[in-house]
Amino acid sequence: MAAADIEMLIRAGIPDARIEITDLAGDGDHYSARVVSESFRGLARVRQHQRVYETLGTRMGGELHALQLTTACPEQEPIS
Amino acid sequence: MTEANSRIDALIKSNDVVLFMKGTALFPQCGFSSRAISILDHLGVCYETVDVLQDPEIRQGIKAYSDWPTVPQLYVKGEFIGGSDIMVEMYEAGELQALITDKRVAKA
Repeated sequence: MAAADIEMLIRAGIPDARIEITDLAGDGDHYSARVVSESFRGLARVRQHQRVYETLGTRMGGELHALQLTTACPEQEPIS
Repeated sequence: MTEANSRIDALIKSNDVVLFMKGTALFPQCGFSSRAISILDHLGVCYETVDVLQDPEIRQGIKAYSDWPTVPQLYVKGEFIGGSDIMVEMYEAGELQALITDKRVAKA
């Protein structure tokens, strides 16, 4: 599954999301994603991750084998 | 409740800390499960593992039960905590340590 497709699916479900996707192994199968969205505010981490998984539907754990996920609200972002 | 659900129910109610994973604590069969085990070992708690690769019914059942598409999955005192990414985030923030203290989880 291509990184651009993952990003597109997440964005379709969470329109305001800032999304960074990294192909961890260069094999198109192991990714990490960082998703930052105002809509996560007030949600427990489990719920934030569930919101992202919902956008990916049945692909998660299927054609998308490994997605390392981190989520945050905008001002939880570390200053780089 | 389906049979898988009642079995999952029984597992998480009869153990303070349960990790549904691929493989065993000694031989994890996936990097994410391996990471989850390292964290539990660092926490120094008593935990039970369930190898979903040995049990197709649980492997499918746990996804619906937790509304979570992947394993590993961690339960503490009957509460779904999350997968390995959440475990890492919580561990690094000291939240997992606080959780096991708050919930009075037995140390190994």
